[in-house]
Amino acid sequence: MDATIEVAGLRKRFGSTQALDGLTFTVSPGQVTGFVGPNGAGKSTTMRAIVGLDAVDEGTALVGGQPYQSLRHPLSQVGALLDAAALQPSRTGRNHLLWLAHSQGLGARRVDDVIEQAGLATAAGRKAGGYSLGMRQRLGIAAALLGDPPVLMLDEPFNGLDPEGIVWMRGLLRSLAAQGRAVLVSSHLMSELQDSATHLVVIGRGRLVADTSVADLVAAASGDRVALRTSARTEAMGVLAHAGATVAATGPDTVTVSGLDSSSIVVLLGESAVPFSEVSAHRATLEEAYMELTRDTVEFRGSAQPEQSR
Amino acid sequence: MTITGYRSPLPVGDDGFPSQVRAEWTKFRTVRGWVVGLLTAAVVTVLVSLLGATGSGRSCRHGCTGPVGPGGEAVVDAFSFVHQPLTGDGSITVRVTSLKGGTDTGLEPWAKAGLIVKASTAQGSAYAAVMLTGGHGVRMQWDYIHDKAGSTSPPASPRWLRLTRSGATLTGSESADGAHWTAIGTSRLAGLPSTVQVGMFVTSPDHVETAVHFGGSSSIGGPSSATAGFDQVGVQGQGGPWTGGLVGGGGGPAARPGSSSFHQAGGTFTISGSGDIAPAVGGLGTNTVDRSLVGAFAGLMVMIVLGAMFITAEYRRGLIRTTLTASPRRGRVLAAKALVLGGIAFVAALAASALAFWLVGGLRRSKGDYSLPVSTLTEMRVVVGTAGILAVTAVLALAVGSILRRSAGAVTAVVVLTVLPYILAVASVLPAAPAQWLLRVTPAAAFAIQQSIPEYPQVSTLYTPANGYFPLAPWLGFGVLCAWTAAALALAVVLLRRRDA
Repeated sequence: MDATIEVAGLRKRFGSTQALDGLTFTVSPGQVTGFVGPNGAGKSTTMRAIVGLDAVDEGTALVGGQPYQSLRHPLSQVGALLDAAALQPSRTGRNHLLWLAHSQGLGARRVDDVIEQAGLATAAGRKAGGYSLGMRQRLGIAAALLGDPPVLMLDEPFNGLDPEGIVWMRGLLRSLAAQGRAVLVSSHLMSELQDSATHLVVIGRGRLVADTSVADLVAAASGDRVALRTSARTEAMGVLAHAGATVAATGPDTVTVSGLDSSSIVVLLGESAVPFSEVSAHRATLEEAYMELTRDTVEFRGSAQPEQSR
Repeated sequence: MTITGYRSPLPVGDDGFPSQVRAEWTKFRTVRGWVVGLLTAAVVTVLVSLLGATGSGRSCRHGCTGPVGPGGEAVVDAFSFVHQPLTGDGSITVRVTSLKGGTDTGLEPWAKAGLIVKASTAQGSAYAAVMLTGGHGVRMQWDYIHDKAGSTSPPASPRWLRLTRSGATLTGSESADGAHWTAIGTSRLAGLPSTVQVGMFVTSPDHVETAVHFGGSSSIGGPSSATAGFDQVGVQGQGGPWTGGLVGGGGGPAARPGSSSFHQAGGTFTISGSGDIAPAVGGLGTNTVDRSLVGAFAGLMVMIVLGAMFITAEYRRGLIRTTLTASPRRGRVLAAKALVLGGIAFVAALAASALAFWLVGGLRRSKGDYSLPVSTLTEMRVVVGTAGILAVTAVLALAVGSILRRSAGAVTAVVVLTVLPYILAVASVLPAAPAQWLLRVTPAAAFAIQQSIPEYPQVSTLYTPANGYFPLAPWLGFGVLCAWTAAALALAVVLLRRRDA
């Protein structure tokens, strides 16, 4: 079978905190899977468990059908970026990649390839201690790509990137997925995953909240609502409410309508001679869809443990 | 699933143990601070050793060169000798009627009176002897380092002794009555000339009194003398007339000029003597070659820091997670680290200890200082063993660093275990007994490998760490350090596997 990540029934407890509470999901090849949840939801713990750094109390985490510990050439199977700050400050970026390459029996030529791919060519000869967070993220990406693996797992790769870097990262993630790789990307900010993730695994308190495609999630959150722009807001709301729709004012000249489709709204307003400038199907942002989804789990945000709890 | 997964066109590399070793070597050499640290350890070893040699302005109490025995070792060879030549095979028999000490110090336990067959009267020449001692009964000794016990006859009662030469073989015997003889031992003296000197000898080693107190021990002492009576002298073989004299008299070690005399009245001889016929031992006022490497403990401290940092730096930065992701078999990671660290530490330390040994030797010669000579094999053991101590201790620090995950804790623990006991013991801070205990059980026992002069039961001196004597044999002491390191590595592997990274 194709190499992917399969997580089944993961449980792990740190002291009094149940970090993972029966988490199950699978990452498919050929798409970017967003791994989202508030800080402390268990994303980093799950990723550490997948690469065998943290032992779980229960459950299994497999990569390509095998526990990570038993993989040969692990970096050729999974490329992981877990902590971009995990660098020896006095070692150059290139030498950091070089020892990693040597550990996999790879040579300096492969190091130069991934430096190029990550856009680090000018910084690679400098000491990593002087890198900006954005450069560290690029170095982490280069390290993850070193073994040219079919599975990539990146923990908060957008952190510290400038707008140009965010655009670059989105494009890179899409192109890696387009090559048929399984790409799991964690984030606590849904907006970062806009335009890159096509699937979402949403967790909260170590439990699965949703495992859904982005298209389905946005459609469900959008519902059949229609956005209306009109200079006669009060009249328009009266007419539409009279026709049985649920109407909500969202601004001085905007109204959201549900219960009527857009063509019925155009006809009704025309018959009543109410002026309007725009009628469009309302489309929720990914952020809105996520907020909708986690509305009932949001209350623990305040009390949750920080993500890097140790 | 319609989407086919990604297949890399790259050939897969070999991630076996050699690749892990190579990765750790790349890690080490790409951090300039670590390479500088390694060189610092080497430089500090050489400089502190040189400083030790410059500071010690010892005068040559025993003369700037001493006699050397047939085995190449330094010896003490000073005694009163009443002798005649003997050509070819033969034997000499005598009755020792009494053995008494001088009036000032009494009878030394290792005062000796008896018969000797010696290649010549030159100091350091080959010999075999049977003797009555002040406190150790009858002995047969030959070529300085060999000692074999006979009966426990006390010095007060008369004892018959006989020494027989047959070619290169010498046989010592004793008897209570001159009729019933018991063999003590046999020795082969290679290269013994056909004409040798045979006769009666008396000697008595330095008197040493040791006061042990907290903060160290001190010893006082000086030359002693002994007087013995002989009768019933019989020589079989081609001999000659008796001559009396001193071997190593005048400037010889421990000799008291003028303290030798002999009287012959009829068949009775009375001989007084002072000195010893024995291997030279280290101690106060004597330089040994191991003192050339006193700087090793300074280099050791740098190596400990380096060894601990090699893994604790990874914990501090979280880099250990990257390492264990690249190489999930954790025991192998630690093995690769230990191999790389131990290897480079050994190479650097070997260069440093060889250089220090060579420089200090040259410095001493130019100052006219004298070190007790030892065999080349012993010199190599001291130099290579010192490098071994530094390398294995660096690995011990690595293991402790892996267990504690903190640099400060690991460095403190290993310095307290290794360097501190050594300094406490060797610098005479502690009395001899606790010092020796520390050098048996702590990794500092490894410094025994630097001991160049062995301990001889037939020579009384202060066999303490302060004088360069360790309670364990050289390789056994080194083995104690290796055992500690192996145990720490085993615990480190267990914990590395068990704990979350």
